[in-house]
Amino acid sequence: MNSSSIVAETFAKLQQKSRTAWQSLRDRPLILVGTATCGRAAGALEILKVIKEELEKHGIDAQVLEVGCMGHCYAEPLVTVYKPGFPPISYGYVTEGIAGRLVQDFLGGDDPCLEFALAALETNDMVPALTDFPRGMIEKPIILDKCGLIDPEQIEHYIALGGYAAQARALTREPEWVVEEIKASGLRGRGGAGFPTGRKWETCRLAPGEKKYVICNADEGDPGAFMDRAILESNPHEVLEGLAIAAYAVGARQGYFYIRAEYPLAVERVKKAIEQARQAGLLGTNILGSGFSFDVDVFQGSGAFVCGEETALIASMEGEPGLPRHRPPFPATAGLRGRPTVINNVKTLAYVPHIIERGAQWFRETGTAGSPGTAVFALAGKVINTGLAEVPMGTTLRQLVYDVGSGIPKGKSFKAVQIGGPSGGCLPEAALDMPIDFDSLSQAGAMMGSGGMVILDEDDCMVEIARFFLDFTQKESCGKCTMCRLGTRQMLDILEAITKGQGKPGDIELLLELAEDVKAGSLCGLGKTAPNPVLSTIRYFRDEYEAHIKERRCPALMCQELIAYYILPEKCERSCDACVGSCPVEAIYTNEDRVKVIDQQKCVKCASCLEACPPQYKAVVKLSPPELVAERGRKV
Amino acid sequence: MHLTEGEKRVALEQTGNILESYSRERGNLIPILQQVQEKLGYVPLVAMEEVARHLGIPPVDVYSVATFYNQFRLIPPGKHQIKVCMGTACHMKGGNIILDCWKRRLGIDVNEVTPDREFSLERVACVGCCTMAPVTVIDEEVHGKVTPTRVDGLLFSFGVKIPKGQQKEGEAVEQQ
Repeated sequence: MNSSSIVAETFAKLQQKSRTAWQSLRDRPLILVGTATCGRAAGALEILKVIKEELEKHGIDAQVLEVGCMGHCYAEPLVTVYKPGFPPISYGYVTEGIAGRLVQDFLGGDDPCLEFALAALETNDMVPALTDFPRGMIEKPIILDKCGLIDPEQIEHYIALGGYAAQARALTREPEWVVEEIKASGLRGRGGAGFPTGRKWETCRLAPGEKKYVICNADEGDPGAFMDRAILESNPHEVLEGLAIAAYAVGARQGYFYIRAEYPLAVERVKKAIEQARQAGLLGTNILGSGFSFDVDVFQGSGAFVCGEETALIASMEGEPGLPRHRPPFPATAGLRGRPTVINNVKTLAYVPHIIERGAQWFRETGTAGSPGTAVFALAGKVINTGLAEVPMGTTLRQLVYDVGSGIPKGKSFKAVQIGGPSGGCLPEAALDMPIDFDSLSQAGAMMGSGGMVILDEDDCMVEIARFFLDFTQKESCGKCTMCRLGTRQMLDILEAITKGQGKPGDIELLLELAEDVKAGSLCGLGKTAPNPVLSTIRYFRDEYEAHIKERRCPALMCQELIAYYILPEKCERSCDACVGSCPVEAIYTNEDRVKVIDQQKCVKCASCLEACPPQYKAVVKLSPPELVAERGRKV
Repeated sequence: MHLTEGEKRVALEQTGNILESYSRERGNLIPILQQVQEKLGYVPLVAMEEVARHLGIPPVDVYSVATFYNQFRLIPPGKHQIKVCMGTACHMKGGNIILDCWKRRLGIDVNEVTPDREFSLERVACVGCCTMAPVTVIDEEVHGKVTPTRVDGLLFSFGVKIPKGQQKEGEAVEQQ
């Protein structure tokens, strides 16, 4: 028997065993509770406890599983119930009361409690399915397809749904075939820059040297992006399988997961996944009898954004401060400990098993010619349905914001979308119909980055956004390149002055000039892209900069130094005390007309009173410039 | 911050235990420091010197790594660690307002510890819970959609009483 048939046979047995385990879950009711970090933050662990207690109390025989994130983070905590005779139904915004009713009325009785249902997971006659909504029609999950449906801590679930079949398949072929297949698929690195993955692998494969490494880059540092965390917490085996295939393709025997320390749950679940894969014979020596050996360790990052950059990441794994170095040589020829090293993002690796399983041609059918496949976006900010969405490349921003995200909350109007984190830029309303992929975004002055998408509405100040991102990159600059270290500092000083109303004529021109210098004078991606948020906001929202500088006014009423809170006397319902109680610094008092007044000296501008004022009065407003308060006072 | 002799002794002892399981390769530096911090809650100077000796590198190299990465804390943390997320989504939803609230209530600045060592305050870049913005993490527990009132509530749950004067009526009278 040759080694390919041994691999096929060993894997078939493993698959059979896993399928039996998976099938047995369907014999009785099954409850899935999403306990990824987003679910936990919304109280999923309490819901899990309540469900278990209720099942016990009512003597109902059902299985409860902890699963990852389905991407519908806005509706967390999310519970999905499988009951024989019913379609699988997901319930959103689950409270302890709803959890109790699901157990008693649905599992105990036969009432599926549709008033709490979010959607069914399969098309049926009873409940609208996810795919019946506009969002479901646009989304095309490839790497998120199993997230939230399987227990990330049970390898059998992943295998039963087709997992590790690609690895088994790859092991029966030559490594060159794997490299060629990835090259043919046109897969581009999802870490942000979009470098062709197949070319990276080929360079590493051809590089001389016995010892090679593969690293999964899970140092997701972009504020606003959380898909890598969600994937590692929801389906770590998918990424692990991708890493193993990469190792086979380039000839590496050792791999690493480089995970941010801020993601403790992801670290825990990846470690468990590695352990289970070892026990199943999918990692370690002589994997599935193929003769190929490969093992994986976890390295925890320690909180430096710059370490997402390949050479800085390597420096930190070698025990040095994370300073990037000049390239070439690229890590693919001289990386970790000087050996050829492939470093791929979590999402890039997650695509690999799917491509090997279904073929390069299948992958190219989705997306655009230059950027095949799908893109995963993390929707956050001023959008109704925050969460993760996987859509084909070439989807427009409008579809993402309005169909997937359901638009802007509270009836406010859309202003811009910040895409790609600190390396990306802000795109205005005019860009909403642009099909997004790697190339169209960089043309528009933004960047795919890691796919973080923060939606901004009329209340968001674009100068403040630019300042925020520059503040971030300035703090995270490793300090090696002068232009990045000092240039961003200068730019930040100017922006801070502008947001405080101390901007000077000529500041915008100076910012533009500095931005070009910082781009030209920086070694790594951090410095090269740091000015992007400033450049794109000046490009599309120059009038806001000018209002700050010339009129000392913040049009979006956001910059704290340029606004004041004011209670409209004509709207104040005099017998109501809501604002007084909400004020953390006791700055609100009642005047002789029993109208509430804010003591501007004491006010810390925390917006508590604005939130507290009952919506039927809406008496608290923001004014800019703050001098308007005194003017109003005189009028009264 | 001044460490007591007892604290130094514990630090040395624990660091020694950790070092036993690591070979003398420089690549182990960050994992070792992470272990020290996990055990002690911070990385004191004496521990850094011990680590340097073990790896055969100058103490200044250990110091440069410990200060380069945001994760490492050089002073003992409070009993409860409060981390305020300052990621993009949290910022847009008023993360700085929440941070101000914590500062005001605890009477300390970022990276400081209250004099009774009960609370320490830090800012974190992003904890990946952007959909729950603004977020505060207290002792590894994530609290989403935090408001200034919620800050008071959370402190109250730790037994901290917010001093609320009788000022309201009094002040109104004064104004009149």
